[in-house]
Amino acid sequence: MYDFTYQRASSLDDAKSKFSGADDARYMAGGMTLLPVLKQRLDQPSDLVDLGFLDDLKGISEDGGNLVIKAMTVHHAVNTSDLVKSKIPALAHLAGTIGDPMVRNRGTIGGSLANNDPAASYPSAVLALNATIHTDGRTIAADDFFTGMFDTALNEGELITQVSFPIPEKAGYCHFPNPASRYPIVGVFVAKTADGPRVAVTGAGACVFQVPEMESALASNWSPDAVANVKCSADGLNEDIHASPEYRAHLITVMAKRAIEAAG
Amino acid sequence: MSSYSIKMTVNGKEVSGEVEGRTLLVQFLRDHLGLTGTHVGCDTTQCGACTVHVNGRAMKSCTLLAAHADGADVTTIEGLADGDNLHPMQEAFREHHALQCGFCTPGMVMSAIGLVKDNPKMSEKDVRHGLEGNICRCTGYHNIVEAILDAQTKMGA
Repeated sequence: MYDFTYQRASSLDDAKSKFSGADDARYMAGGMTLLPVLKQRLDQPSDLVDLGFLDDLKGISEDGGNLVIKAMTVHHAVNTSDLVKSKIPALAHLAGTIGDPMVRNRGTIGGSLANNDPAASYPSAVLALNATIHTDGRTIAADDFFTGMFDTALNEGELITQVSFPIPEKAGYCHFPNPASRYPIVGVFVAKTADGPRVAVTGAGACVFQVPEMESALASNWSPDAVANVKCSADGLNEDIHASPEYRAHLITVMAKRAIEAAG
Repeated sequence: MSSYSIKMTVNGKEVSGEVEGRTLLVQFLRDHLGLTGTHVGCDTTQCGACTVHVNGRAMKSCTLLAAHADGADVTTIEGLADGDNLHPMQEAFREHHALQCGFCTPGMVMSAIGLVKDNPKMSEKDVRHGLEGNICRCTGYHNIVEAILDAQTKMGA
């Protein structure tokens, strides 16, 4: 790891000013992706602004028909929260599939979303549940947030403060994990929302995406059978030593069926 | 680059040192404090041999900055036993021969204590799921799982 200047933020404003005052800073939430990236010398920031002590950005609450999760809430907290388990159990389940217990004690929802790894779990929930991402300056709809591989609508220095999930009628998540990294090779989150069914896929492509054919099939018949014959195209899907695009395309249908079954 | 004066509590003792921004907690523990019970297996957040407790939560010290742990309360494998009396988890690992080469053991024990703390009524399946972040390259998982299930009963007693 190349050396950098470590700066601990004491407030949201302090974090923003430390970030903008540095040559080429990165924010660190839980660091579960950033530190491995730095160790491999894939990045060389001048400064690292640690958000880990911003307690105002931690916590889970219910607001109207929404479940609100603050950005620095760790996966373990989402996984074990009675509120999440009662309002959106699929989201609690998803949080419990990320990494391992030690990673879940450090990794945060805000960090995961800002990083937008093609195989991250949370983007599928955010997109399928039609969540809203709140930043220090604005709100961004899930539909507009994920713009490409490791790319989001966030501006330089902009910080996620919380994510607001409309509570769905039903939701389910199922993934096929890589046996070594536990990242989803393909993960599918399905939700029966006020705006109709939404199906979001992570791990398969460069960025999380929806499957409109499945969504329309589910609108008339919410059941695993409804999507069983929807075949996804392998065009443009990820290819690596673990899975071919064709295999990933096949997994989307299998995971979608299981996610719908889990949703009930 | 700058250096940072840090202070923390490690196994109940106040310690301090000078570190770089990039110094990892595991380097501080091993190289600065000489606490070599915490191991570096993969250095990529996968194997769990470096697991310690930071403010009561199990974490991988190869993926934590020492500067981030400034002010924290850290427990390592060296801090578990009370004199000659092993912690119930260590005792159970000995009793069940839950180790072969022993390299992963400090991380397994620290991780296992975290698991029992979070859920004192784990099934065998829960234990196996909970150990996803700890790799034993001797593949000696069977006795490790037995030991954790046994220690869970004793820790609750």
